[in-house]
Amino acid sequence: MLIVVCIKQVPDTTQVQIDPVTNTLVRDGIPFIVNPYDTHALEEALRLKDRFGCKVAAISMGPPNAEGTLKKALALGVDYAILLSDRVFGGADTLATSNVLAAAIAKLHTEVDEVALVLCGKQTIDGDTAQTGPGIASRLDYQQLTLVDKIIDLDFSAQKIRVSRKLEGRHEIVDAPLPAMLTVVRELNRPRYPKVQMRLAAAEVVVEVWNNKTLQLDEQKIGLKGSPTWVSKIFSPERDKGEIIGDGYADPTGTAALLIEKLMAKDMLPL
Amino acid sequence: MTPNPYLFAPLLFASLAVFALACWKRLSLISLGKPEQRCDSLGARFNDMLLYAFGQKRVLAKPFGINHFVIFWSFLILLIANTEFILNGLFPHSIKLIMLPFELYVPLAFMIDIASLLALAAVTVAAVRRLVAPPFPEARTPEAFFILTLIATLMLASFALNASELAAFMLKSGADPASFLAEARKVMPVSGLLAGLLPSLQLGTIHAVAWWAHALALMAFICYLPNSKHMHILTAIPNCFFQRLEKPNTQPREDFAIGNTFGVDRVDRYSWKDLLDSFSCTECGRCQKVCPASITGKPLNPRAVIHDIKVNLLENGNALKNGTAPRVPLIGEHGEGSVSEESIWGCTTCGACMEACPVFIEQMPKIIELRRHLVESEAKFPEELLNLFENMEGRSNPWGIAPSERAKWCNQLNVKPFDKDTTEYLFYVGCAGSFDSRAKHVSVALTQLLDKAGISWGILGKDEKCCGDSVRRLGNEFVFDKMARENVTMFIERGVTKVITQCPHCFTTLKNDYRQYGLELEVIHHSELLRNLVRDGRLTVDKATTEMGATVFHDSCYLGRHNDVYEAPREALAAATGAAPVEMERNRNNAFCCGAGGGRMWMEEHVGERINITRVKEALEQKPDTICVACPYCMTMFEDGLKDVKADNVRVRDVAEVMAEAILR
Repeated sequence: MLIVVCIKQVPDTTQVQIDPVTNTLVRDGIPFIVNPYDTHALEEALRLKDRFGCKVAAISMGPPNAEGTLKKALALGVDYAILLSDRVFGGADTLATSNVLAAAIAKLHTEVDEVALVLCGKQTIDGDTAQTGPGIASRLDYQQLTLVDKIIDLDFSAQKIRVSRKLEGRHEIVDAPLPAMLTVVRELNRPRYPKVQMRLAAAEVVVEVWNNKTLQLDEQKIGLKGSPTWVSKIFSPERDKGEIIGDGYADPTGTAALLIEKLMAKDMLPL
Repeated sequence: MTPNPYLFAPLLFASLAVFALACWKRLSLISLGKPEQRCDSLGARFNDMLLYAFGQKRVLAKPFGINHFVIFWSFLILLIANTEFILNGLFPHSIKLIMLPFELYVPLAFMIDIASLLALAAVTVAAVRRLVAPPFPEARTPEAFFILTLIATLMLASFALNASELAAFMLKSGADPASFLAEARKVMPVSGLLAGLLPSLQLGTIHAVAWWAHALALMAFICYLPNSKHMHILTAIPNCFFQRLEKPNTQPREDFAIGNTFGVDRVDRYSWKDLLDSFSCTECGRCQKVCPASITGKPLNPRAVIHDIKVNLLENGNALKNGTAPRVPLIGEHGEGSVSEESIWGCTTCGACMEACPVFIEQMPKIIELRRHLVESEAKFPEELLNLFENMEGRSNPWGIAPSERAKWCNQLNVKPFDKDTTEYLFYVGCAGSFDSRAKHVSVALTQLLDKAGISWGILGKDEKCCGDSVRRLGNEFVFDKMARENVTMFIERGVTKVITQCPHCFTTLKNDYRQYGLELEVIHHSELLRNLVRDGRLTVDKATTEMGATVFHDSCYLGRHNDVYEAPREALAAATGAAPVEMERNRNNAFCCGAGGGRMWMEEHVGERINITRVKEALEQKPDTICVACPYCMTMFEDGLKDVKADNVRVRDVAEVMAEAILR
């Protein structure tokens, strides 16, 4: 039994700036992190591993330096880490990305072990589309359970899963047969912290890379060529420059009064 | 009247065998510890031993210390008397002190008699103290009364012995009793006095009973000593000799190689000195009486930590020697011999325990070793630390704020970047000074003062990274190591040699911890620099500020106890306000922590009274208008504490802010 976790290396968005000329993210010197939602997917997979003794594979599509992301997964305890990296994968939208990821999962299914679950974060913090996970489920014809905040029941032998989905203002309990693809929200769990021994061991590992020679996908269905959508413009919304009023440190009461006055004048305080 | 050597000798040798066996057992356990260099600078070590072991300097720092001093020195003097006693017991009539030249014998006999009296008085005081007001409640043990009674028995028996010998000699010599006893009282005041009171017909019985009482008590003492906490009589002196010559304000580096273990989860992963520490503790309880965690009702008790390490070593010693798994885990809720995780996380690393320990036991570093194991090998820690660790590693500040925001505090100011050719000092702002809205005011006040004094300084801006203090004290050495190496490399590349810090945690880390990475910086805390600038006339206070009202000063642990900077902030405040700040009851090296050190700043405090509340209440006893601090963590703890006790009329100000008020406004 194998659980596959899809993780993505994303720029630390709190530190990202946009180049106004080229409309692209300025990535120079910006640290990369594991997409925060994916860390919860990874944690859940590892918890299932602890509980059922199944194996966990982490896969990631990205440039060669995304190896670091997979090493973090190895340090946390995944059994296999595979980087899907090839120039022809580049420039992919969510459709083309899900084609590559689905092909890799299918390959793991035939070559390593039967895949019972695929776990993804609900979305990435750079693209925010939340489409890649569902895309994978569609390509593989897996059950699709999005926004999962709890796995209530899981029975590998009966091929059944019951989850709670976190929707706006309510929860939905859903039963589904396996194999299934889950996208998860942060409330699902609290990610673990890597042990030093595991980090040191992971640092030594050369992560296995699968390129398109390995996957043998039709080039029309991957990368830029396989992407019907593309970003025409990217920009930060202009924001009016704020105003500093009073000195809240020296005179907190007076400044608070000043602030109330300001907000009342703008009709921003409901009375 | 003669003691029987054929009875005494076998008993004596049996007790000496018990003694030797117990000593051997414990000393061989110490050798299970990892190697550590503690034999350098022999001169300094010898000095420390004379001062602290024989001079009892730290023992005497507390009122009852004099009691221990008396017992210690009486014991040393009585070693002579007891040697005589043993030799005389083995070879009757052949060896006696009285065979010494009279000029030597008289003062020696006098000293022994007086020492016995003082020791008797001291153990009586100790026993009464344990009955009436023990140093700490658990100190009222049967063991304590047993050992005190044993010592008292030795003293009383020796008086009776000497007195009966004197009386017998008087009878035999036919001397005039009045003049003989008067002479005898000059040599042995107590025994001489007693000699006149003894019934002459029972002298033989008295002598025999006293002799055997003394002999049995002495042998009991010999057997009991190395099997109890009183083993400190043997280990405390070497423990003072092998103490850390530099202040234990930093932790040793770890070697991050595959296959190594990190931190300590078994006693044999401590160093031999750590294990010697555990046998040197006589459980006086001074550490627990100054520990902020113990005082405020947390499970941590530094005395108990050392005791548990000793018990664990004794319990697991054989298993560890044989290379089998230890029976009692060192970490966890397993009763005596184990240290609970809650205790391990309760430490603020304030160092008060180490400052109080008369024999220089290092409690705090042992706790950090346990933290290292939990964090690095088990990834087990209070959940609020997960964010901290990730923020520190990912964004190099505790809050996870974008590093690009680091220099925002000085957007409105004209601040130069540090450049080794044009600026003298690096002002290492620190995370609090850069991001914390309250501490930013201190950064601004300080920079204005630096400019006023004409200091040439610059900052690293968004390239500045966290020093890593909190992660190191929390036991996350792996992340600290990465942070320290990055910082050290950057400092070397940029040619940084002189650093101003406004945070005692940055101060100690740059100054002491980074030395382990080969970087010797001249680091100055802003309170020292400001004091120097006033002293040198580069900053002048024309008119002391009256804004602050009555001020009280709180010592930061990492400025004071860990780095001995006590006077600079006080002198700076005195210059600014025209009067020395009022002292709290616990101040300087005895100051009470604010509760934020050792990474506790980032953790919840659920058990007992909050440490900052305890300290705020202590400060408020002095009726201050302003509480002055020299550390952003202390600042936060006091600001929060004052709000909690609803003391809205009292302010908290950093030394720099008070100076700025006096000089710039």
